[in-house]
Amino acid sequence: MVETMSGIPLDPTYGDGLQPGDYPYTRGLYPTGYRSKLWTMRMFAGFGTATDTNARFHALLRAGGTGLSTAFDMPTLMGRDSDHEWSVGEVGRAGVAVDTLADMEDLFAGIDLDKVTTSMTINGPAAICMAMYIAVAEKNGVGRVHLGGTIQNDILKEYQAQKEYIFPPRPSVRLVTDLIRFTTAEMPRWHPVSISGYHIREAGSTAAQELAFTLANGFAYVEAAIAAGLKVDDFAPRLSFFFNAHSDFFEEIGKFRAARRIWATWMKDRYGATNPKSQMCRFHTQTAGVSLTAQQPENNIARVAVQALSAVLGGTQSLHTDSYDEALALPTEKAARIALRTQQIVAHETGAASVVDPLGGSHFVEWMTDEMERQANEIFDHIDQIGRGSMLEGVYAGIDDGYFVGEIADAAYRFEREVNAGRRIIVGVNEFTENDDDEANLLSIGHATEEIQIKRLDQIRGDRNDDAVRASLAALVEAAGQPDINLMPSIIDAVQTYATEGEIVAALESVFGTYVETAMV
Amino acid sequence: MSETPGISPLSADDQEPLRVVLAKLGFDGHDRGLKVVARTLRDAGMEVIYLGLRQTTDSIVAACEQEDADVIGLSMHNAGHLTLAPRMVQAVEEAGLGVPVVIGGIVPAEDVTVLIEAGVAAVLGPGASTEEVVAAVRAAVARQSPVR
Repeated sequence: MVETMSGIPLDPTYGDGLQPGDYPYTRGLYPTGYRSKLWTMRMFAGFGTATDTNARFHALLRAGGTGLSTAFDMPTLMGRDSDHEWSVGEVGRAGVAVDTLADMEDLFAGIDLDKVTTSMTINGPAAICMAMYIAVAEKNGVGRVHLGGTIQNDILKEYQAQKEYIFPPRPSVRLVTDLIRFTTAEMPRWHPVSISGYHIREAGSTAAQELAFTLANGFAYVEAAIAAGLKVDDFAPRLSFFFNAHSDFFEEIGKFRAARRIWATWMKDRYGATNPKSQMCRFHTQTAGVSLTAQQPENNIARVAVQALSAVLGGTQSLHTDSYDEALALPTEKAARIALRTQQIVAHETGAASVVDPLGGSHFVEWMTDEMERQANEIFDHIDQIGRGSMLEGVYAGIDDGYFVGEIADAAYRFEREVNAGRRIIVGVNEFTENDDDEANLLSIGHATEEIQIKRLDQIRGDRNDDAVRASLAALVEAAGQPDINLMPSIIDAVQTYATEGEIVAALESVFGTYVETAMV
Repeated sequence: MSETPGISPLSADDQEPLRVVLAKLGFDGHDRGLKVVARTLRDAGMEVIYLGLRQTTDSIVAACEQEDADVIGLSMHNAGHLTLAPRMVQAVEEAGLGVPVVIGGIVPAEDVTVLIEAGVAAVLGPGASTEEVVAAVRAAVARQSPVR
């Protein structure tokens, strides 16, 4: 029996008509919502060497966690080795450094990979990290079929927003679909893409643009996977999404509800999906890093709480809450703990988890949901038009002609001008600025990691069989030249020879080329 | 034209608009702030040479020489500022350019002093207003070449 603080018994859901769990899932994916399963409080972590992060993973597992979420450092995310000239100052700083299979072995040492689920946030080199993860598991006697988790592997939003691309869009999407095909055939518990609006919003988009660009990218991957020979219901149940929870409370809730409705409708009507799981928009949410202020940083705790509540009322499947000090530096342990506690307060004290879609039926929330859908439809029409009836081609065209980056930059500048002109109030920034000299204690990370990591990389390069490395890279280049060959097996072979991430990327670049963005303001 | 009344786009002693090179060094892909700054400076009447992402100190120096730039603006969000910003200052000195380097982005207060001592002309943190950005760029140029 669920009841309020005052003892009033509560049903799982209220209202007539469309119920949570009913297509098109506007009111939620499941009839009992958080009563049957609370959202996953998945906090993102990674720093230093693989050994450093491994110790953190073991601590999380001892504390009862069952899911790991891995942050990689910038060189790893960009597909470059720790001794690349641009890696100076970046090794192990914003995440863990991974150069070779040896680092991945250290990262997951002593962890039963058939008992945990692992999330890996990486895009350009996603196929390489996936290959390393599979190789580590199989070396430890865990077959790939038993591996559960998620790899972000959403390259399209990199050209639009986050800018962590390596190859041009088309060969990159081939790598994405190769991974989808591979996991569909061999790794039934794996989520091969997490289609992400988070970074689009952080780069400055509106809520409706975040919604529309993200779902358009989702449609693009669906079309690419179908073109690669898959049936929609074979892979679509494993697609998932990742949205931002920003500060405009009702707008965000409308966005989450509209996302479920649009995805279900399009998957059924346009792509012919009949499995309800293919029609369900499952999503992770993170609170808006960009909303955090450097001024009076403790105010950010309140912002994060309100944003987290919008994600929960919007029906998120999992949630990361930002730490209050992240406008200034990577979070301290204390700040990260407060962020987690914020979720726990929302979950256990507020009653927000008692009733599914508690705002469904509100005149305003229903209107906002419709308005989000209406604005998204206008954007879909444009993308469909520039793609001549293909969302995949439309997304490529929008990347090539600067549509996405232009729209995002326009929205970011509009917001900045509103703040600057005082038409939009940011507490502690352009109003209520007295007493803003509170200083937060910040985390600082030293340079020791870089030396340790480069020494280790040299040692691996010295110990491995160079002939085997060269042969595996040559085979990869050969396979990359043939568009119908799935590259995953060749990449797994290459990582097993301890070829470095940078070497594998260079081999693929020799066939695919390197993407350079046209600089435009 | 802009929402920065009271700030002349032109430097005090001659009527040529300031020429600003804006760039990001290395891997850091956070370009939202730099694009907003680019439009802000352009709206304030400056000539903006926007190099964008994945630049090197060499490519920035080359652009300054080609474009006869008055000032360099670098955006940094990856905690690499203590390594990268002094390198930029050094590269500018070695090239004999005499162009000030202004940094914007996420820089903790204690690092600001270090950067200024290393020769960075100004550091603009998160939440700096349009007026502050324009004023800092103009002041950096004025200090560097007081006779101009």
